Amino acid sequence: MTSADNLQAFKRDGRIVVVGASLAGLRAAEALRNEGFTGSLTMIGDELGEPYDRPPLSKQVLTGWVPAGGTKLPRRRDIDAEWLLGVPAGGLDLATNHVLLTDGRKIPFDRVLISTGVRARPWFVESEAALDGVFIVRTREHAEGLQRALAAGPSRVLVIGAGFTGSEIASICRERNIPVTVAELAPAPLVGALGAMIGEVAADMQRAHGVDLRCGVKVTQLEGDAQGRLRRAHFDDGSTVDADVAVVALGGIRNTEWLRDSGLAAGVWGIACDTGCRALDLNGLVTDDIFAAGDVARCPNPIYEYRLISLEHWANAVEQAEVAAHNMVSGQADRWPHLCLPVFWSIQFGVNIKSVGVPTFADEVVVTQGSVPDHRFVAAYGYRGRVTAAVSFDNAKWLDHYRRLIETAAPFPPPCPTPDQPADMKPVPVDFPGPVLLAQGATVVVTGHDPSERRVTAAYQHR
Amino acid sequence: MTTTETPDTLRRILDYSSRADPYPLYAELRKTPVAQQEDGSYVISTYRELADILHNPHLSSDSRNLSHPTAGAEEQTTPAFINLDPPEHDRLRRLAMRHFGPPHTPGLVTGMEGALTAAVSSLIDDFAGKEQIDIVDDFAYPFPVTVICHLLGVPREDEPRFHLWVNDLINSIDYNPKTDPKEKLDKGVQARKDLHQYLGGLLDQRHGRPGDDLLSRLANDDGPDGRMTDEEIVATANLLLIAGHETTVNLITNGMLTLLRHPQVLQRLCGEPDLVVPLVEELLRYEPPVHIIPWRAAYSDITVAGTVIPKGSRIMLMLASGSRDPNRFHDPDRFDPDRRDNQHLGFGSGIHLCFGGPLARRETQIALSELVRRLDRPRLVADPPPYRRSPVLRGPIHLHIEQGDG
Repeated sequence: MTSADNLQAFKRDGRIVVVGASLAGLRAAEALRNEGFTGSLTMIGDELGEPYDRPPLSKQVLTGWVPAGGTKLPRRRDIDAEWLLGVPAGGLDLATNHVLLTDGRKIPFDRVLISTGVRARPWFVESEAALDGVFIVRTREHAEGLQRALAAGPSRVLVIGAGFTGSEIASICRERNIPVTVAELAPAPLVGALGAMIGEVAADMQRAHGVDLRCGVKVTQLEGDAQGRLRRAHFDDGSTVDADVAVVALGGIRNTEWLRDSGLAAGVWGIACDTGCRALDLNGLVTDDIFAAGDVARCPNPIYEYRLISLEHWANAVEQAEVAAHNMVSGQADRWPHLCLPVFWSIQFGVNIKSVGVPTFADEVVVTQGSVPDHRFVAAYGYRGRVTAAVSFDNAKWLDHYRRLIETAAPFPPPCPTPDQPADMKPVPVDFPGPVLLAQGATVVVTGHDPSERRVTAAYQHR
Repeated sequence: MTTTETPDTLRRILDYSSRADPYPLYAELRKTPVAQQEDGSYVISTYRELADILHNPHLSSDSRNLSHPTAGAEEQTTPAFINLDPPEHDRLRRLAMRHFGPPHTPGLVTGMEGALTAAVSSLIDDFAGKEQIDIVDDFAYPFPVTVICHLLGVPREDEPRFHLWVNDLINSIDYNPKTDPKEKLDKGVQARKDLHQYLGGLLDQRHGRPGDDLLSRLANDDGPDGRMTDEEIVATANLLLIAGHETTVNLITNGMLTLLRHPQVLQRLCGEPDLVVPLVEELLRYEPPVHIIPWRAAYSDITVAGTVIPKGSRIMLMLASGSRDPNRFHDPDRFDPDRRDNQHLGFGSGIHLCFGGPLARRETQIALSELVRRLDRPRLVADPPPYRRSPVLRGPIHLHIEQGDG
């Protein structure tokens, strides 16, 4: 599909299949139509029902303010698509350009967008995960179930994992005046995403709101009663907590298993792409007709030394979808790179937390504005003397300034003073959990000797 | 920076003779995005530099951070949050916002829609039998005062007194010692005192007797930040009164003027009522009520577009120029209610983003919709209309129109 004529023909009556009908998939479909694509558009999704928005599922839906069914994504335009919902994709055949559904159907395409996202990591013991009262939160149905359980007034909720989702759910419990215990393996909440300094603030916030926060502990067993209802959790330090609801908030698993035999560079970290959202094959060569966007995509970011980064952020899904859609119907010379800085937000314990950049790409952090004890401040992150990220607590309106500092590789620490001067402005080590917590097994094996023979094959023994 | 023969661009902009159309001068000003003036102050006029500096934490709104504060800017003993920096600004604005918008009071503006429509309708009813209508005196001026009385909880019977003070006070904002009688200033000073005293008295009645109005809510707040002092409440009420009111007058008047200059858009609005939403956004870009933030202070050295602005410098922000910057907006001098990606500077940006913006939007949307719906073939009597003196809060002082066969 190189000549302009071919491209025009493709835009007129080509076939595009979008696998994954959530935020990224829907926005890409809308963008494709905006770009003038008039061919056939097929949306494949494993969930029934129209695409919906996920951020409220751990917030407004759990308070009962917004019904789970009220989270449908607004449609920005008609996309005139064929919807194949309720059946997941089971494979991708790049020899004949077909998406294989698990029910045996084969859907042909000229170009495909993969936006299959992530799913919640389930509790590791299946029989315990099946206990009444044990929840994960990723889908509308999950949130609805948990909302009902919270509304029933449980005696105590146990949240396993104090990342963003877990912390938000703990916050909702306190807002509903439900006793809550949070168990986290790391030394503090949010530490994996934002480092030790912010982790301490987050821990302080949780305790100030009456959360029974236990860090550095692992939940080893969820114990049920004779009726199969959760009643107790056991920790690795020998202690226990009685609880009738447990929320497993241990992060996500990228939905890439179905691509195992596809020949794409897909694995636990996502699908490797170029900045134009074109997927790489196993050898790391860029493909022309396969695109990826959203949580499942793993793109290089030039600002961060071209490292491949995958992000489970709302804005990232939207921005990548638009770039991918544009590139799917554009010639090589007109392609766009996805160069947006990551942005995310959370609301917990009455505080708006927002970030710009990649906080994990840092060696030092410094409070630049506000007051940490009052839980309202901005912290800038630096890597080898330049600003790479910033996090705000109830100070989001300043982040555009830090975005500009990151984009221009401004020196770290940024110059002070500002009117809202923090008491201490000394940079401290950012202190993320060590590589042991982050390590992953090798996913590929390289074979062959001659440059014309060398190839990569996938290795799955570590999974 | 300038020659002695021709006045520099900024001086020409501030001169009254350019009030009707300052936009060509803004284009000239934008050739130097950050321009140092003879008096050592700096003028910023391009979109990107304005957007950047409005988010720059080294920019201060507190006149005490100017190395040469001018008299007048800081006459109030208790400044309102518009003239404060964090953390004081944040605390006071948060305390006020608790009772004005989301997340604590999400339904306030929506809840006022009936009252807004009623106020507008009643003013338009009074047009009946008039040959000529002054959109300013007969409509755009009384409307926001009625709304602010309703919002603050000023009793209906006090409204006439209240109107008078507001009138005198706002007249005095434009006071020019060369051309205006001293009486104008004196009346303004007296009005400020009277209003201050009146609001203080109203506040006293509200203590311990929570009503539904803003003053009651501020007087009886028991939120996590505690309560404003009475001085702070009066300063806040004064701010909302003046800022929220003077600017809305101009926005509505500029809106009607712009519609009358673009009859095809006016026609469209009659048939497409929903057009009013993007139309008001475009208006905020194209003919905004606030053209200039007269001063901000460099709290420490600030680098903008390669220019270092030293600590203590006075910085003037030409918002209306930024909203016409061709490097940001395609065909910026065209009034285009269908414009996409219209992130104008009409309400400023950053932490001081217009507090009353959501109300001003709705007031103007309702005002323009109803005017267009009910006026019969409205026509401008004079174009350009006479303007107020102020280059900062810019708008016509009168906007005479004819309608029907008159």
